[in-house]
Amino acid sequence: MIEAKNLTKRYGDKTAVNDLSFTVEPGRVTGFLGPNGAGKSTTMRLLLGLDRPDAGQATVNGVPYRELARPLRVVGALLEARAVHTGRSAYDHLLCLAQTQGIGRRRVEEVIEQVGLASVARKRAGGFSLGMGQRLGIAAALLGDPAALVLDEPVNGLDPEGILWIRNLMKSLAAEGRAVFVSSHLMNEMAVTADHLIVIGRGRLVADCSTEEFIERSTQRSVLVRTPDGAQLAELLRGKGATVTTTDEGDLDVTGLEAPRIAELAAADGLVLHELSTRRGSLEDAFMELTKDAVEYDAGVPATGGTK
Amino acid sequence: MTTATAPASGPATQGRGPGLGNLMLSEWTKIRSVRSTVWSLAILVVLTLVFTALFMEMGIANWDKTDASQRAEMRLDPTGTILGSGILLSQLAVCVLGVMAIASEYSTGMIRASLLAVPRRVPVLAAKGTVFALLVLAVGELTAFGSFFIGAPILHGKAPVAIGDPGVLRAVVGCGLYLALLGLFALAVGAIIRHTAASITVVIGFVLVITPMAGLLPGSVGEHVHAWLPTQAGFMITQQHSRAGDVLGPWQGLGVLALWTAVLLAVAAVQLRRRDA
Repeated sequence: MIEAKNLTKRYGDKTAVNDLSFTVEPGRVTGFLGPNGAGKSTTMRLLLGLDRPDAGQATVNGVPYRELARPLRVVGALLEARAVHTGRSAYDHLLCLAQTQGIGRRRVEEVIEQVGLASVARKRAGGFSLGMGQRLGIAAALLGDPAALVLDEPVNGLDPEGILWIRNLMKSLAAEGRAVFVSSHLMNEMAVTADHLIVIGRGRLVADCSTEEFIERSTQRSVLVRTPDGAQLAELLRGKGATVTTTDEGDLDVTGLEAPRIAELAAADGLVLHELSTRRGSLEDAFMELTKDAVEYDAGVPATGGTK
Repeated sequence: MTTATAPASGPATQGRGPGLGNLMLSEWTKIRSVRSTVWSLAILVVLTLVFTALFMEMGIANWDKTDASQRAEMRLDPTGTILGSGILLSQLAVCVLGVMAIASEYSTGMIRASLLAVPRRVPVLAAKGTVFALLVLAVGELTAFGSFFIGAPILHGKAPVAIGDPGVLRAVVGCGLYLALLGLFALAVGAIIRHTAASITVVIGFVLVITPMAGLLPGSVGEHVHAWLPTQAGFMITQQHSRAGDVLGPWQGLGVLALWTAVLLAVAAVQLRRRDA
């Protein structure tokens, strides 16, 4: 379990992470969402002891990362920036990391096999493509068979096959009871991978809830109604508690009532409908909207669903 | 994942970290697995030996044209003459390798992986420094003894010297020690500055520019400043005999270099702990 308590990090007068608290539970994939520059990488670096917070604390199983005796056996991490000496082979890179934790060569070969780098394991990592580099980073994260994983933008640079592979890997790691904390700036990617979402904007917590709840909450459903009797129908629907706006084309945009109910009401009053369709706002748009206004949210919207 | 269950993380969370032995093994893997380092060391040995032979042959060939004071110097300290010619080359290589050993971790981002594995950080520096110093010591002794046994027979006719003569063994062994300490000195600078080019500039500047320039400082103050500079002080160990007017003896000189190195390593350790990686 990974826990952040009131984490704050400033670079000069810019506050990259601002009083951020959340918990990453074992047994599920927790998505860490935010636009570029929201402070995701910084937060992960704070969790991993690479940067020191100006305030607050981050712990893994109750212990700050810097105090872990054999950290790779507790937390596996993939950082966004490459962390590999370009002159060293993939095998030697993993071997020198394994040796710091007393992990044997067999395990090194195992993870190389697991991420599909066996054929290039003896080649210099400097010649690796972005996707191969990501796979090597994943191999390093898995090396110590850790109970928690922190992955910063793992699908970056991967082809569709690679993306699918990492998605399934994360799900299976979580299914084994591990805590998987994965960042992304792509809402749609997280919507299909994560069970739980922690959303930040400008270094602050915007949402902390299940993915379903987030989708439900942030995408408004509306019904488009095309009818020659616009004015009458609008009045009728408003009377039933719906919110109705008229589009430029003269159609009605209805929220608060489902399509079947609208059809029933229209039929009962003998109003003609030419078209009736349910529309769902794009998740990506909703996410952009939410995080763009992060600063306006900071005083009000409390994080829901998270542990305090 | 071959293990089906998430591991309990009790012993890995608490308790003692990996021993220095584990970390040294890891650092050894890092050094031997970068081809350029291995090649540089091999070339260093070969070039040093070749240059030593070349310089000694030239010294003998030009013996009659050399002025009297220089001939006297060679006769007085044949060991210093033999070691001195090769050291000029090998010390530069050692400085570059020392800087690279740590600065390349910063330039490639490897340092983040290293610190994730050893978040207490300072043990990484300790293990890296130890392994690198031991490696340079081995290579340094190899070149020092090699140089001596190549150079001494060449000089034999004009400036005879044997390994059993007073001060000779100390000078030859000391040559390897000097290179090992200088390598650590460079590594410490690399750890503090973190940028390869800047660190190499600083170290080489110290060895090639500042030290000879300080030798031009007038008066006794200038003489002392010069004598206490790291390479000038450390170099004393490679002389067979102390000269009249030497400020530091051979071991004192090496001690001064060791002191410089220790201070810089301490600064590097504090920086490593404090700074964001």
